[in-house]
Amino acid sequence: MQTMVVEKPVTYINHAHTVMSWLLTKDHKRIGILYLIVVSTAFALGGIFATLIRMELTTPAGDLLSADVYNRMFTMHGVTMVFFVLVPAVPAVLGNFVMPLMIGAKDVAFPKLNLLSWYVFTIGFCFTIVSMVMGGVDTGWTFYTPYSSQGSESNVLLTGVGVFITGFSSILTGLNFMVTIHRMRAPGMTWFRLPLFIWALYSTSLVMVLGTPVIAITLLMLVLERGLHLGIFDPRLGGDPVLFQHLFWFYSHPAVYIMILPPMGVISEVIACFSRKNVFGYSFVAFSSLAIAVFGFLVWAHHLFVAGISPYSALIFSFLSFAVAIPSAVKTFNWTATLYKGAIWWKTPMMFVFGFLGLFLVGGLTGVFLASLGLDIHLTDTYFVVAHFHYIMVGGAIMGYFAGLHYWWPKMTGRMYNDTLGKLAALLIFVGFNLTFGPQFILGYLGMPRRYHVYPPEFQVLNVLSSAGASILAVGYVLPALYFLYSLKFGAIAGANPWKATGLEWTTQSPPLPENFPTTPIVTEGAYHYSKREIKVA
Amino acid sequence: MPDGTIAAPDEHAPHQHHPALQHHFQDLEQQHEASTLGMWLFLVTEVMFFGGLILAYSLYRIWYPVAWALGSEELNIYLGGFNTAVLIGSSLTMALAVRSAQTGAPKATVRWLLLTMAFGLTFLVVKFFEYKEKFELHHVPGPNFHFEGPESPHVQIFFSLYFALTGVHALHMIIGFGLLSVIATMAARKRFSPEWYTPVELAGLYWHFVDIVWIFLFPLLYLVDRSHHII
Amino acid sequence: MSGHISPTSTYFAIFGALMVGTALTVAAAFIDFPAQLNFPIALAIAITKATLVVLFFMHVKYSSKLTKLIVGVAVFFLGIMLTLTFSDYLSRGWFTAATRSTSAGAIVSLTPQPQPAPANAPAPNTAPAPNTAPK
Repeated sequence: MQTMVVEKPVTYINHAHTVMSWLLTKDHKRIGILYLIVVSTAFALGGIFATLIRMELTTPAGDLLSADVYNRMFTMHGVTMVFFVLVPAVPAVLGNFVMPLMIGAKDVAFPKLNLLSWYVFTIGFCFTIVSMVMGGVDTGWTFYTPYSSQGSESNVLLTGVGVFITGFSSILTGLNFMVTIHRMRAPGMTWFRLPLFIWALYSTSLVMVLGTPVIAITLLMLVLERGLHLGIFDPRLGGDPVLFQHLFWFYSHPAVYIMILPPMGVISEVIACFSRKNVFGYSFVAFSSLAIAVFGFLVWAHHLFVAGISPYSALIFSFLSFAVAIPSAVKTFNWTATLYKGAIWWKTPMMFVFGFLGLFLVGGLTGVFLASLGLDIHLTDTYFVVAHFHYIMVGGAIMGYFAGLHYWWPKMTGRMYNDTLGKLAALLIFVGFNLTFGPQFILGYLGMPRRYHVYPPEFQVLNVLSSAGASILAVGYVLPALYFLYSLKFGAIAGANPWKATGLEWTTQSPPLPENFPTTPIVTEGAYHYSKREIKVA
Repeated sequence: MPDGTIAAPDEHAPHQHHPALQHHFQDLEQQHEASTLGMWLFLVTEVMFFGGLILAYSLYRIWYPVAWALGSEELNIYLGGFNTAVLIGSSLTMALAVRSAQTGAPKATVRWLLLTMAFGLTFLVVKFFEYKEKFELHHVPGPNFHFEGPESPHVQIFFSLYFALTGVHALHMIIGFGLLSVIATMAARKRFSPEWYTPVELAGLYWHFVDIVWIFLFPLLYLVDRSHHII
Repeated sequence: MSGHISPTSTYFAIFGALMVGTALTVAAAFIDFPAQLNFPIALAIAITKATLVVLFFMHVKYSSKLTKLIVGVAVFFLGIMLTLTFSDYLSRGWFTAATRSTSAGAIVSLTPQPQPAPANAPAPNTAPAPNTAPK
């Protein structure tokens, strides 16, 4: 009689153990993990800057940080969070890992380019860290000229070069994703059978490919002006500093759609699974993603309303900025309709989804306030704007990222985390977030300007509330780091499909094989086929 | 498959494939389609990259027509015209190189590629001499810039954009030159055949794009006001 | 692997057309066209030359619909960037009481003209107040 030898299954993690096998990997799953490490580091760094900012703002006087140091704090907070957390988080971490699995492919179209993306990203991050160690930049993450090109004595060149380099990571990832989605879908996976996360990633990639080169050339022009004294934005030569703003925001506004579209895709996936119901209005959600990507390129000058642009141009951009809210609203309605008559399964990913729905709603609507010309004149450069974009970026994008992390963690690691702790983290983040940024809407409306380290004493109560909220938020963000790491060694074994979810990624083992699927899957139905009767969940 | 999905694979077919086939692709055709799509998307990023400089150029041309006329007059139209002809010629030889690879003529492929590289190098050498002259005339923006007349500050902007545009273009040519030398080496080692010549095709797309940029840069920079309508 | 193979005569013909276009654009530069048509003419010739390179040297004429769409998308978004930015610059100074210049330093003023000063007051400063908020 032969004894059966049960071998540990081969996974993308255990099939090679050396450091070089990770640093020279071409496996999209390992590259996703590599991104996770750098993005998490950047998040912690950006969080430290935020902590210092909120500590300073607890009192009206400039007692903790001088004005100059404070300027460097909010600049580095912005640069780190925007370019090294928000832009890559969902696409480069979750997208890299999950996308080929979702479409039934063995890998992305250009695996070596994918690895190069990560190296470019990390090198750009190192440039920025070096710049921080040398004292950072004090221009604001927006690098407005002529201060950044002529006046500032901080490390504009170094940071500008760092961000320039990192931009290529975005371009290469976007390119890779688009080609993969176009050409490597499994047999039977037509465009309208794709999960909505893929539509979101595709739309994001479109923005990455079209928009990022513009900030690249803008930063290059800035670097040439500052380093080689080329005069393109120099007002002493007749140059226009507002031209920099046009060029900068031509990318940076679509960039915010790079930051929000993938988390929206995550929400579609998670909300379907945890309502046990197909996403309502699939094609509307899919086309909305594309519409957001395209319309997002038409609104950038709403960041220049008070910069001296023509009021007629401002009218056009204001109208278009109202219009760009519509596809996002369509998505929100469809998600709500998905919940209706669903069977809600209260797990951690779903808690982050609910957090997203409420906070993105507030953030999105307050954006419409700012699109209104008259209101913007009063609210621009105040804490209202700060609150608006944090509601979208943190309440929206980061919540979506965390929803995705908690949803796909079992797939990525083969382990379950402690769900109670997960729900606690979600709750702390939600409460802490609202306490931090809710008061800032009021502060902004009352006239407190942004980017100031001092403020009139009558604003102190709201600022103290905000700082208190930030400390709760910090705990909420540290907790997942702890239970995720704990789960790697001690978490329950997840199995292939712990959430009883639909989607090709759940049909293969957790963690997946190096080549993803033992045989190429063949797709015969749409992305979502949930039914309350078919799948009983615990 | 026409809709972009891969055909259901015959998992039991004997594992025979072209040495250039990468394993995450199912067949050479899929790999070729993915590669060309990738290169086209890269060219889209290049269009937007140069587009930012074109935007700056266009704005200041409208604002400072006199300075633009004066600055453009300083550029050598013969060298510029010669370089344009050289680059268009290099596009021809590049297209012929791709065709030679397509039709399985490796020696011709190498010859046409080397000719393309020679034309590219000629362009860069001429550019070097143009830059040298600009340096000697103190037309390089910065502390040593000097230009007679009240339009001098605006002319400095013109030259800033001249150097930014032609400099970024020249950088792309240098990269293209390096790319072509790799491709020519591969061609000399008979790596290409009518079955697989994708790298030549991709290099061709890149090279043609660099040519197209110059097709715009030549009139925009060298031919602003040769009829002396403004000055 | 299939790909359209153009005859060499096509390539030489396109090369010829491009050289003619270059000669044309140089010649046209020396002619003083009315109504500042020099720039649009130069652009039109350049666009024609670029189109020939794209269609024949880069084989887009024989490529898939997706490739053609990609070329169109690139041109479209470049157009958006230029058009919408110029919607700002070209409409500055419209319908205002101040100077109609669009050069840097244009003053857009919607404030009413200053009232005439009383007889024994010092002469008023008549420069219009700049309306652009400092950025």
